[in-house]
Amino acid sequence: VTESIWDVVPGHVETYEAHGETTVVVKRESLVEACDYLRDEHGFSFLSDITATDYLGWDRAAVSGYIGTAQGRDLNEPMTQGLQKLPRPKPKRFAMNYHLLALRRGDGRRLRVQVWLDDGEPVPSVVPVWPTADWHEREAWDMMGIPVEGHPNLTRILMEDDWEGHPLRKDYPIGGEPVRFSDAE
Amino acid sequence: MTVAPARPRIYEGSRIPSPVPTILQIPEELRGSDDLLQVNFGPNHPSTHGVLRLLIDLHGETVVGLHALIGYLHTGFEKNMEQKTWWKAITYPERIDYVSFQNNELVFVLAIEQLLEIEVPRKATWMRMLLAELNRIHSHLVWLGTSGLELGAISMFWYCFREREAVLDLFELVAGARMHTRYFQAGGLAEDIPRGFFTECRKFVERMPHAVDEYEQLVDRNQIWLERTQDVGLLSASDAIALGQSGPVLRASGVDWDLRRDQPYLAYGDVDFRVAVYPNGDVYDRYRVRMDEMRESTRIVAQCLDRLEQMDFEPWIADDRKVVLPPREELHTSMESLIHHFKIVTEGYRVPEGEVYVTIESPRGECGCYVVSDGGPKPWRVKFRAPSFVALEATATCLRESLIADMIAIVGSLDTVMGEVDR
Repeated sequence: VTESIWDVVPGHVETYEAHGETTVVVKRESLVEACDYLRDEHGFSFLSDITATDYLGWDRAAVSGYIGTAQGRDLNEPMTQGLQKLPRPKPKRFAMNYHLLALRRGDGRRLRVQVWLDDGEPVPSVVPVWPTADWHEREAWDMMGIPVEGHPNLTRILMEDDWEGHPLRKDYPIGGEPVRFSDAE
Repeated sequence: MTVAPARPRIYEGSRIPSPVPTILQIPEELRGSDDLLQVNFGPNHPSTHGVLRLLIDLHGETVVGLHALIGYLHTGFEKNMEQKTWWKAITYPERIDYVSFQNNELVFVLAIEQLLEIEVPRKATWMRMLLAELNRIHSHLVWLGTSGLELGAISMFWYCFREREAVLDLFELVAGARMHTRYFQAGGLAEDIPRGFFTECRKFVERMPHAVDEYEQLVDRNQIWLERTQDVGLLSASDAIALGQSGPVLRASGVDWDLRRDQPYLAYGDVDFRVAVYPNGDVYDRYRVRMDEMRESTRIVAQCLDRLEQMDFEPWIADDRKVVLPPREELHTSMESLIHHFKIVTEGYRVPEGEVYVTIESPRGECGCYVVSDGGPKPWRVKFRAPSFVALEATATCLRESLIADMIAIVGSLDTVMGEVDR
């Protein structure tokens, strides 16, 4: 294990490099502290994006995606296309990725901050650090069902207010939702 | 990063609303007042550039409350892409932002290539750059035409769409389709550059600077246009950064930042161009940035043409039979090629396990693509960082204390494409 400048980030768990990108995994509790530190000490004044990812079924053989059935949302049949090898297991089901950017002329630098979460485990809001996180966090809640703690207005953003379920989760099939205004409803 | 000095008219400090940065709440002293009027604007309105809905609280003519509601065009692109093989999913990003289709296609293809670690021939790189810049011109023309239309400069629309047609004709010449060309493949281009393209493109490059002059003659000394756009929809540099604004909106607020120069992708490090920066953060400066960018893009296209004309017989796609379809003529003579073709078409190529976040400077700003692969033939997760989505977060700050009549100009100046906002 080599030492890096990211070891002192509050709540640091691990740092890894791949494809020319640096990812810093931090503990859920110290996310805001870590973001404050990165913004103030390393110049990451720009939050580019927040992405929630669902890793349900990630390291199981012969699963590379789910497909929905017309019978309903609960019936999910794994697809048959197999994988050549199993991917490395992930620590928990969900990952929240914060893509930070330091606006330095001629030398833009990026960093990914990653937090791992179980189903229903809340993540602290980074709106106080970067106001732009507002809609990104609402999208993570709407699409993935990540509860964001301390968000000033955590409501659905893309789906309608009374929508059931979180569409981008892996156990939410495509083609499984009831068709509105049809006899099938 | 340098912040250019501002005219004294730009505000000091922060105007981002609190506690919710994207919602303008009615001030305490006005709550319950009989003079308040709530207006619902959209989601179906010709000047919202799609299906944006704004709930506006008016006090007289002044906007005192604002709530932007989106999601009316949510089509589940990201979910759908998880069900498609990598090479089939390339068609989706173009439809996410249907005005800057080639830039969106480019960012997804670059992400696949970064995971595959595949070497792209230089001819493909320069052609991609050429098309991305033509697409930027196309996108700014659509913006200028429609925004002019909304502010009463109706003839602007016809002038802009004249040049837009010329760009679309070039796309048609290259790929057979005017929009959603799907010309980029992982590894290079789908086909070689057709004969006659360079001549036609040269004609356009010679014509375009004069066309931009014409647009400026139409509006830039027009008192109505100036009064409708100057000192309207203010956004300071620090607020723009805090709200994650990018592209022309950020540069019109005086932040000298362009991914093409500051984090070069393709071959942007090898071309000469100027980054347009204006200090006042109003609608007029956003218009100025886009006008300058059209000129600069034309210059980049000309430089790409100079290089491409010397690459006549070079390959346009990488020679990697596990990823790239074999040449059509080989299918009749080579068993190997037939197998490769069959495997790629039916099952798709496999992309090594990993995650990347690739960004490009799209006409609307930083277009990012976060892609996760589990090593299979389909993306595990695709997420687009849509610049329009983030631009709409600034509506509450920009519209603060503005007049209702300026709202159209301000929302228009953020240049949002709702397909990209709602994905």
